[in-house]
Amino acid sequence: MPTLIRRQDNGFVAVDDAFTAVTDEADLPRGDVIISLTRFQAEGDRLLSEGRQVGVRVEPAEEVEALAYDLPRLAVVALAFPKFNDGRAFSSAALLRKRLGFKGEVRAVGDVFLEQAGMMVRCGFDAFEAADGVTPDQWAHVAARHRHVYQRAADARTPAFALRGEA
Amino acid sequence: MYRYDTLDKEFLADRTAEFREQVARRLAGEIPEDKFKPLRLMNGLYLQLHAYMLRIAIPYGSLNPTQLRALAAIGRKYDKGYGHFTTRTNLQFHWIKLKDAPDILDELAAVDMHSIQTSGNCIRNVTSDPYAGATADELDDPRVWSEAIRQWSMLHPEFAFLPRKFKFAVTASAKDRTAAKAHDIGLMVRRARDGTLGFEVIVGGGMGRTPFIGPTIREFLPANRLFSYLEAILRVYNRHGRRDNSYKARIKILVSALGREEFARQVEDEFEKIGVAGDLPDIEIARIRGAFAPKNFDVLVNRSEAYEAAVATDPAFARFARNNLKPHKRAGYTIVEISLKGIGDTPGDATSEQMEAVADLAERYGQDDIRVTHEQNLVLPHVKLDDAHSVYLALAKAGLGTPNINLISDIIACPGLDYCALANARAIPIAQDIARRFADQDRAELIGELKIKISGCINACGHHHVGHIGILGVDKKGEEFYQLTLGGSGAEDAAIGKILGPALPADKVTDAIDQLVEVYLRERREGERFLDTFRRTGDAPFKEAVYADAH
Repeated sequence: MPTLIRRQDNGFVAVDDAFTAVTDEADLPRGDVIISLTRFQAEGDRLLSEGRQVGVRVEPAEEVEALAYDLPRLAVVALAFPKFNDGRAFSSAALLRKRLGFKGEVRAVGDVFLEQAGMMVRCGFDAFEAADGVTPDQWAHVAARHRHVYQRAADARTPAFALRGEA
Repeated sequence: MYRYDTLDKEFLADRTAEFREQVARRLAGEIPEDKFKPLRLMNGLYLQLHAYMLRIAIPYGSLNPTQLRALAAIGRKYDKGYGHFTTRTNLQFHWIKLKDAPDILDELAAVDMHSIQTSGNCIRNVTSDPYAGATADELDDPRVWSEAIRQWSMLHPEFAFLPRKFKFAVTASAKDRTAAKAHDIGLMVRRARDGTLGFEVIVGGGMGRTPFIGPTIREFLPANRLFSYLEAILRVYNRHGRRDNSYKARIKILVSALGREEFARQVEDEFEKIGVAGDLPDIEIARIRGAFAPKNFDVLVNRSEAYEAAVATDPAFARFARNNLKPHKRAGYTIVEISLKGIGDTPGDATSEQMEAVADLAERYGQDDIRVTHEQNLVLPHVKLDDAHSVYLALAKAGLGTPNINLISDIIACPGLDYCALANARAIPIAQDIARRFADQDRAELIGELKIKISGCINACGHHHVGHIGILGVDKKGEEFYQLTLGGSGAEDAAIGKILGPALPADKVTDAIDQLVEVYLRERREGERFLDTFRRTGDAPFKEAVYADAH
């Protein structure tokens, strides 16, 4: 079973990935699956009624708002990075958390680059299919490099301006 | 000026440590170049023709003497004893070794400076009015908002991987010294009838291969809503800006494709959904504002006897005063512009010794305040008229007394083919040649304000589109040619210049400029600048003069 880096109790751990990522052309296996938005819109109701957990993979050009009414039923939203420097998934993650109130797993998939760990965590990602055998320790180290942040984001960190206000 | 508090200092320390680690991983081969590239770019490190170039942020062009001395020291230790001030009011060192970059960043951090986001597809250094706090015609101090934007944009987690680079300009004066309408976002401070402070928001201006004067998408945005509105603009752009073609990825292309109204509607829609969640608390703005509190100016009379006497007895100073001294809001003070356009020199270059000389003058006569202009000059914003002559003599001694601000030899030029991997043609030698041709200061003053801007390629780093005369280097079968554009402006009367005719070989450019100037001197009416005459007559007489031989 492939592994995944997951945020847990403010740390990061390697966990087995219970989900199978399924392309649009492939037959559906048993168990928990992650499917495309298109496939979810066609087959999502049926799959959910079978009692399995369903995740949806959202490409950068697709809008997470399309899932607004389905989010309470979804276990995972997987946001794709076709290339690590395609920054649209950062906005998608922030919207899922801040505007759409999604409480499930927001997973980074595709070209998931260690050096972006901090920004991903701040935007609300909590699971990572990291490239190149990156370990949870490395992920934790990079994500914790900065003691301070200047902006509000989807995480709970207090921005510098608010800390100053308290002082 | 703004002073870093503990939080700012720790942020910077963490950032330099992060980059040190990234460079170590790169040098150890753990990060491939294609992935390292955006990381180094976000720290201002470019790989150029001969070496690495490090671009250091000078936020809103503001420096204190300690910082300028640190830049001078870095130039001496890690470069060839000079640096290059850019049109984004940054400073570039062109001969840097990758392994030295982290040490340089540490030396910068020690004086509250950095190179964060001076490159890459992220929010870049904010430019502002170099006369902020010194000019009488400003509605507010634009540095307050510029600093707040600087902090908000630092490692913004959602907007660090935008479709393309993103540049802000903030001005609070009717006279626009920031080229605000040629920026991704231009903010112009406005006051509503009831006195409320706010901004006119201009989005989608820019240079490059498709130049635009940015349209206004909001006539008046209350100042306390600024950061929610910026979040809305950036989010619309991050989600919908093109990513399939880097030449069409700037926000100007999105704004132009959607149209101003539709783009504005999408921003307003997003702004409404954000609500007040993105606003910066008033108390933080007040804290930053405190850092820019007015200086302790002496109460003086308008007329300085020392100044008048020096003007009467020292003709060189009189000329400097005519061209390089600008009115200050306080009686008995003046703004001193320091030209980095010495005749025959590289526009924007300053040696370490020159930087130190300016730092000394700022300390002794200028309230520790130094500014960089987007036209690649320096400014001492607060000098007593009584001291102006002493300042001039010291500048002249340092080779910084060139009295040519806004004149024909005050040329903007990108580094061009001498340094840049993107360039098609050299820009610096063209600038030097034109400056030499017009070295006669009497003639230069007779010609008056004339802004020549030179870019070595279509990326337009030399802002040629908004030059009164723009010069663009193009490659024609391996030879350097230059296309002239006329009638552009980056000021409050912003306009994109119009191409005059076929590109000229390098050795014909200066002659052509001379011909254009002669037409202007012949055609001009009382009080008209070159730009005014051109706008009145159209291009016909100018075209005829330059291309007469071709017919």
